[in-house]
Amino acid sequence: MSLSPVEGVALAEIESTGDGAAPKAKGFVGRSPGQLAWARLRRDRTAMVSAGMLAFFVLVALAVPLIQALYGVGPREQFQTRLDGFGMPLGYAGGISGEHWFGLEPGLGRDIFIRMVHGLRTSLFIAFAAAVITAAIGIVLGTLAGYLGGWLDAVINWITDLTLAMPFLIIALALTPTVALRFYGQREAVPAAFQIGVLIAVFALFGWTSTARLVRGQVIALREREFVEAARASGAGLGHMLFRQLLPNIWAPILVSFSLAVPSYITSEAALSFIGVGLTDETPSFGRMIYRSLDYLQTDPAYVFFPGITIFALVFAFNLFGDALRDALDPKSSR
Amino acid sequence: MVRFLVKRLLSAALTLFAVSVFSFLMFFALPRDPVTGMCPKNCNPERLERVRQELGLRDPLITQYAGYMKGIVTGRDLGSAQGGRCDAPCLGWSYVTNEAVSDTIARVLPVTLSIVIPAAILWLLLGVGLGMVSALRRGTWLDRLAIGFSLTGASLQLYFVGAVLLLVFVYNLRLLPVPSYTSLFDNPVKWASGLVLAWVALAFLYSAIYARLSRAQMLETLSEDFVRTARAKGLTKPKVYGRHALRAAITPVVTIAGLDVGGALGGTVITETTFGIQGLGRTAVDAVRAGDLPTIMATVLIAAVFVVLANVLVDLLYAAIDPRVRLR
Repeated sequence: MSLSPVEGVALAEIESTGDGAAPKAKGFVGRSPGQLAWARLRRDRTAMVSAGMLAFFVLVALAVPLIQALYGVGPREQFQTRLDGFGMPLGYAGGISGEHWFGLEPGLGRDIFIRMVHGLRTSLFIAFAAAVITAAIGIVLGTLAGYLGGWLDAVINWITDLTLAMPFLIIALALTPTVALRFYGQREAVPAAFQIGVLIAVFALFGWTSTARLVRGQVIALREREFVEAARASGAGLGHMLFRQLLPNIWAPILVSFSLAVPSYITSEAALSFIGVGLTDETPSFGRMIYRSLDYLQTDPAYVFFPGITIFALVFAFNLFGDALRDALDPKSSR
Repeated sequence: MVRFLVKRLLSAALTLFAVSVFSFLMFFALPRDPVTGMCPKNCNPERLERVRQELGLRDPLITQYAGYMKGIVTGRDLGSAQGGRCDAPCLGWSYVTNEAVSDTIARVLPVTLSIVIPAAILWLLLGVGLGMVSALRRGTWLDRLAIGFSLTGASLQLYFVGAVLLLVFVYNLRLLPVPSYTSLFDNPVKWASGLVLAWVALAFLYSAIYARLSRAQMLETLSEDFVRTARAKGLTKPKVYGRHALRAAITPVVTIAGLDVGGALGGTVITETTFGIQGLGRTAVDAVRAGDLPTIMATVLIAAVFVVLANVLVDLLYAAIDPRVRLR
């Protein structure tokens, strides 16, 4: 963390309120709140383990072409010869073997491992993109509403309430095919990139409310503080006030909400694919795989466990890391 | 109190009005021709044109919207092709299922209610109870167990938990029948045994969130001055925790519960799909697949009504639960 003048303000804030802040004598090292949080995070074992898991997942997602080249199987290749007459994979636990690490899909005979690796990439991409966009919208609307107040605040608040009253799953369900039909005909194939774009747009449309609420509350709490008044008295413009004075003081809760938003988009994407909107079967995705596996629960129970456990591990790691981040960034935290 | 209620109901009505306009515009006015989904397989241009006329799609949008709203309040005449007279909560006619949408809703709504209400009771009792106990026994093995439970539950997915439950209790142990819906009034035992897996799956996942939230709230409340005052004036522990601390700690839980229950009543899409039970959520999914616009519109509206009503109810409950809240 660089010590910009703005962060100096944040530091002064914390030092003036924090109990036991040592007077700056020689030999003491001044640490910014960012450095303190980083040090706390480094010491937290749960945080490090979950961060390691996340790094592993992200690496796998980034290395998809490499993994596919080494593994030698594509996500759409079908291995019908390795299925029995009923379309069930031969061998134990869904046809696990040296060539097919997680076995084969019953029916179509596609390789589960490589489909999961591809699904992981899609899932992470959608989740991160949606989280970045919703955070940006939420921050802008939240700071504007909180700082300017008045009728703008009332309008933004009302829109937030309205968005929260909309049944997300059902509207997303209804909206995605409608949008796809607007651009593509009834029988045309919709490209995967378009489906992913629509999913991200739907998440952006509905997901910004929580960040906006959070940021608005924080900005209202800061609005009457002396440093804001000082900046205003010095003639700072709106942009400077929002982005140089207010935002640097509330980045910690925003970061925490961001880190908890990513897993929620992962599960939302899987849920939408599960109920059959969003991604089609062409694009590998966890939700789609679990949906297909329900038909084979009795005959091939191994099928449901690979995507089910992976998505659990992914969301679990994100949640653990988000919690650890919250603890590390909280100056009141005792750890 | 009365003034607050009137104000709150007015703002709820305004929200519902906006939701209805928004969904109406989204579904009926988007450039996609709403008729394509409503026409049976063998469609010719004349028939399409007739359906358009019957639906009044040639009228201006405001007339269409007013007609739809009038239908909900007083009922309206839809014309012979759409079943003729449509009574008071008229939500239109579905060309896909060939019945009035209100009849479809009347059939599937009890299913969703039967899933959500018992599940909500279960998850609230379990979640809040667990949260309270682990806050009061902070640092013990019980607390750690509850934290582990809530962390796991918060990361699990309904469709996965549901699949595992199905696998174990229905297919392997054969303890329960394949989930299905029977009316509570016809056969209560069948009703419960057909839905118990859905209740358990929902309750498990939701109670994890509630345990976490209520534990954090309770811990915060326990460190407040009024709790110490209550202890200092000689009240017993059960009285302080049960009557003073609980009431203050539970308000945020009530907010979330209102949103969750309201949202779930609007259709537990995932649960119903996983267990293959035809409720409001599955009906919405089917309607989307078939492009059945009147049914989609109706499900969105009903879901919104539940969310908005739940919010009003939560505001009223606030005053009843937390003595510090005064309604104005």
